[in-house]
Amino acid sequence: MRAEANRIEEAELFSFSPILGLLLLPFIASVSAQAQQQAAVGGNDIVRRGEYLARAGDCIACHTAPEGRTFAGGRAMPTPFGMLYSSNITSDRETGIGKWTAEDFYVTMHRGRFPDGGLIYPAMPFASYTKVTRADSDAIFAYLKSLPPVNQRNREHELRFPYNNRQLILGWRTLFFSEGEYKPDPSKSAEWNRGAYLVEGLGHCGMCHSPINALGGTSQSDAFKGGLIPMQNWYAPSLTSNREAGLGDWSIKDITDLLKTGVSARGVVYGPMAEVVHNSLQYLTDDDTKAMAVYLKSIAEPAARPPASSALPTTESSLLISLGKTVYDARCATCHGAQGEGKPPHWPPLANNQSIEMESAVNAIRMVLNGGYPPGTEGNPRPYGMPPFAGLLSDNEVAAVVSYIRTAWGNRGAPVSAREANELRSAPLN
Amino acid sequence: MAARVEACSPCHGKQGEGTGDVYFPRLAGKPAGYLYNQLLAFKNGRRKYPPMNYLLEYLGDPYLQEMAEYFAEQRPPLPAPAASDVSTQVMQKGQALVSHGDPARQIPACGSCHGPALTGMEPGIPGLLGLRPNYVSAQLGGWRYGTRTAKAPDCMQQVAARLTEADVTAVAAYLASRPAPISAAPAPKGAYVLPFACGSEPD
Repeated sequence: MRAEANRIEEAELFSFSPILGLLLLPFIASVSAQAQQQAAVGGNDIVRRGEYLARAGDCIACHTAPEGRTFAGGRAMPTPFGMLYSSNITSDRETGIGKWTAEDFYVTMHRGRFPDGGLIYPAMPFASYTKVTRADSDAIFAYLKSLPPVNQRNREHELRFPYNNRQLILGWRTLFFSEGEYKPDPSKSAEWNRGAYLVEGLGHCGMCHSPINALGGTSQSDAFKGGLIPMQNWYAPSLTSNREAGLGDWSIKDITDLLKTGVSARGVVYGPMAEVVHNSLQYLTDDDTKAMAVYLKSIAEPAARPPASSALPTTESSLLISLGKTVYDARCATCHGAQGEGKPPHWPPLANNQSIEMESAVNAIRMVLNGGYPPGTEGNPRPYGMPPFAGLLSDNEVAAVVSYIRTAWGNRGAPVSAREANELRSAPLN
Repeated sequence: MAARVEACSPCHGKQGEGTGDVYFPRLAGKPAGYLYNQLLAFKNGRRKYPPMNYLLEYLGDPYLQEMAEYFAEQRPPLPAPAASDVSTQVMQKGQALVSHGDPARQIPACGSCHGPALTGMEPGIPGLLGLRPNYVSAQLGGWRYGTRTAKAPDCMQQVAARLTEADVTAVAAYLASRPAPISAAPAPKGAYVLPFACGSEPD
């Protein structure tokens, strides 16, 4: 009876006193979630822990507009279905989430529904965030509540018919959403499980590194198999195939260097991944970065390399490749080396570089056209940049030099055509 | 530092001297404060040119400051003035506007802010020499139509709004015809008093 009464009191506390609930819930939940809290930052300081986790989830990337107030939303996010605008997640009571309870926040993260039951567009990665523990969700909520409110009304989405009908999300959810917190795999180490929790959950890596089908979803079996990011026209390579960005034959140090600093002995991040390292991954603790590396390395499946296949006739290919060598020796060899060996970590090697050889040549072509800087990070605050060659090289020369680096020095990529190079000249840059 | 800003060289030249493309400006010798403001504006998307926005998006502000200082310190020679195809009349109109402005239309002389030698002033006012007419008219056009903005009070927007298309053509042509001054260095901060408030040059 005594216990019964306590439970009722507890329930009342939660329903009538959201503030007390806020304080108590994480404490209760954290006991069950201890396994995943091993590397927790901030200890008992829930706000500090929440700040860390919000970074791990890269909330800022979408919920802050350029030159806008932090977490006040309003960032335009082009999708194949129209324009979405991110929402205000500051503690403002009128336009933000100031009236929400920790329960509301958890339900939103976990189920992809607003507190009133309304459906959330899956641009919000709730299919990943559903894996986040209650304790972590509460910490993020406590952090957001601790920030100054910004009164800024959410902007209406501009979606085309029929996508402007939110009921369609129900269909998407049936196909692509399975609700549920991360379940540790008891056969794996705590470190591996922590890495999996971060990669599959807050890190929402699968949002880009999975093929997006025409319905804007990713099916479970395709998780982390790579895909062209809609609207951005960057290719997010597969994290499971060693022919792409599978990290099976990378050392743990090279993986953690890449995630934490943006550069490594094996390669450098550019494009959308530069954003992720800049806003999110560089802030993770060494333990968490290593856990992600251990997990990522483990999911890479060694795959036999198929023979390179090209749509181009052999004669055209050999002409391109021989022109490509001329361009390479004149423009690229000073930094990337005559044998494509590079000068790591700042000038990445091109020989035996998966991102050059992989089936999609989109990223290699874009790098030649637009160049790029790796992100400025604490570990690499003054990165070296690759010059853009769009104005210096013709379509044919771009195709030639990309064909050359994809096939020279034992690389097993296929040549690309001038048309492919030309098409990417109009790809959106940011 | 030169190796770190190699990415700038295809469009702006190794020392920021400019290249054959008439729309890409010379960077060398412009005050570091001005260059830093532009780098920040491109990084934050206030100034819109996707290839620049893309390159700078994830670089730290102290690093942008360093890049600005690097190009501010470069002193490659100014290019020889390009032959112009505008009429003498247009050139004279340009000279009048650059040197005296048009008080009746509240247009100040370019030199009243950009310096008597048009080499700018530390920290935020750029020199106007060594720029091609296409670049100058594109920027003045950008201000007139509000696609280029700066910190309030946005003095260049106020000035450009009073210019006609013909004014812009004349000013751009005259500026590009100017020979290099003996010293291309910007005037030190506070060397002269600005005729009106400007957000990019506080005080």
